[in-house]
Amino acid sequence: MNPTGREGLSPMLMAERLGRVLPGEVPVTLVQDISLTIDRGEFVAIMGPSGSGKSSLLYLLGLLDTPTAGRILLDGRDTSGYGEDELATTRLRQLGFVFQFHFLLAEFSALDNVLLPMRRLGVLDEGSAQRRAGALLAQLGLDGQAHKRPHQLSGGQRQRVAIARALANDPPIILADEPTGNLDSHAAANVRQILRDLTRELGKTVIAVTHDLTFASAADRQIGIVDGRIDPHWRA
Amino acid sequence: MPVQLAIALTHLLSRKRQTLVSLTGIVLGVAFFLAVSSLMRGSEGDFIKRLIDNSPHITVSDEYRQAQRQPASERWPTGAVELRRVKPLTEVRGIRGHPRALAYIESLPGLRAAPVLVGSVVLTFAGRIEGVTLNGIVPDKMKQVSTIEDKMIEGSLEQLAANPNGIVIGAGLARKFGLAMGSVVNAASPGGEVRTLKVVGIFRTGNANYDDMQTFALLKRAQGLLDRPNRINRIVIQLSDPYAAREVASIIERGIGYKAVSWLEASEDLMSVLLVRNLIMYSVVSAILVVAAFGIYNTVSTIVMEKIHDIAILKSMGFHARDIRLIFLTEGVILGLIGSLIGLALGLGLMALLARVELKPPGATELVFLPIYWGYEQYLLAAGFAMASAIGAAWLPARKAGRVQPVAILRGMG
Repeated sequence: MNPTGREGLSPMLMAERLGRVLPGEVPVTLVQDISLTIDRGEFVAIMGPSGSGKSSLLYLLGLLDTPTAGRILLDGRDTSGYGEDELATTRLRQLGFVFQFHFLLAEFSALDNVLLPMRRLGVLDEGSAQRRAGALLAQLGLDGQAHKRPHQLSGGQRQRVAIARALANDPPIILADEPTGNLDSHAAANVRQILRDLTRELGKTVIAVTHDLTFASAADRQIGIVDGRIDPHWRA
Repeated sequence: MPVQLAIALTHLLSRKRQTLVSLTGIVLGVAFFLAVSSLMRGSEGDFIKRLIDNSPHITVSDEYRQAQRQPASERWPTGAVELRRVKPLTEVRGIRGHPRALAYIESLPGLRAAPVLVGSVVLTFAGRIEGVTLNGIVPDKMKQVSTIEDKMIEGSLEQLAANPNGIVIGAGLARKFGLAMGSVVNAASPGGEVRTLKVVGIFRTGNANYDDMQTFALLKRAQGLLDRPNRINRIVIQLSDPYAAREVASIIERGIGYKAVSWLEASEDLMSVLLVRNLIMYSVVSAILVVAAFGIYNTVSTIVMEKIHDIAILKSMGFHARDIRLIFLTEGVILGLIGSLIGLALGLGLMALLARVELKPPGATELVFLPIYWGYEQYLLAAGFAMASAIGAAWLPARKAGRVQPVAILRGMG
């Protein structure tokens, strides 16, 4: 029997009674008492009204923020005791981020943006890293765009470069925060399909925060967040 | 190329004007540091060289550092009887038993010594009267301890040996009296002795006071003129290592009892002035570099502010806080390094220009070039200080960048 209760799947990411409160004169609760399990190769959409704590949950799951309660297990390992360096290394090796606004480095070409995480990790030599970055861009339909700067690319192209960058170190988990929120419908469909394919063809776990119902419908599972808690009855 | 270096270079190249301004500050700071330092140290070196070359390294005089104790006090140091109105024996001035003292000094390694009798005489010539200092010397010995032979423009010290009634005078005195080689002057001592002396040599040291006031005659002739037979009142000593003068002087003083003053002791006030001057000079030129460092601080701080989103993204990607710090520190290092290199080149150019400037300092009789010090350590000092300032200036914004919490920035960007 699988501990998650879902036969045939193994848990990639588990949150146990997760809470995040911003300290201050009036403490603000962002996330409270969230427990969830996300399996390897699963495509999960996190939905909810604005300000419900979706992005805060994503930052916690992506080890960008530290919970004030509960813990996160990544591939079975408890991350609650990790120091800042260990968290950074885990993000470098196991997590890839895609944000609503592409957040590419403006002075770098598309290729160099994709190379950044690989150069930091330093596992591949420069030649191999260049080939891998080129191949990733080609897979995402960016042939011939590798040497263009972000401002020379369309919104959809930039977002695909951001996805290629997230995939650079071949992490098992991709976290996306409103990845189609800033794209036209055609580009959004393209990005949605790419993320879908990542789970089906490459076995990646994709966790995406979205307001987009079409996007959410492509996911294996939708999780609704209201007032910082999981709401099993939530409907858009 | 390490990714941190690549990002640092990109940041600087994307802000060319600001980078150039910061760089100019460091370039000018290093160049002025070098130019001023080389000039100040050059003049200091020149001054000390003149001091060492033109004056004895150690002078033993017929004085005691402390007053001699009375024989009765020596014999009965705890005696209860006090002798009043004791009149000390009047000593004939001069170094007693000077051949023995000289032999002792010459037995010490690394030095050369010459006996001298120094006294005042009045020279008269063609109705003109001038008080001068007469140095009674042994030419062979004097040549070994003094550079005066090198400063002779006519005649030589040797001619004093050949002509016992000869006198060697400075160019200033010769001009003042209208004297030339072979001219005859009268010399009168305070005791009333008068001799007729013939000019057998003229020197020019470049020091107006020395050239006007100092004269040389044979020791025996000076002893006769000053009525001090077989006496000397100075032993001048030249050392192989001038900077050992203080220690050697102390040994000599202990050995013969007479006061031995090293050039360092005699010039202590001047050395203090040089030290204070150096402190002021380094403070001023360092201040230039500190001001330049503010330019770097401003540039790196601005980049950190402008690139706060990139920092958050890099951190979300998995860059460590130390990677981020390294990026911005590298920017400081690049500015410091390039600024230092260009500054050193510009500084060398300024030094070469200064070395060609001629001037006539007060008290000198000839034009001299500005003395420039070319020692390598000042380049290291200038570049080292510039690098330290640049790294120090970049450190604060780099530390701030390393502390950026990506979530705080990402929330704001969403």
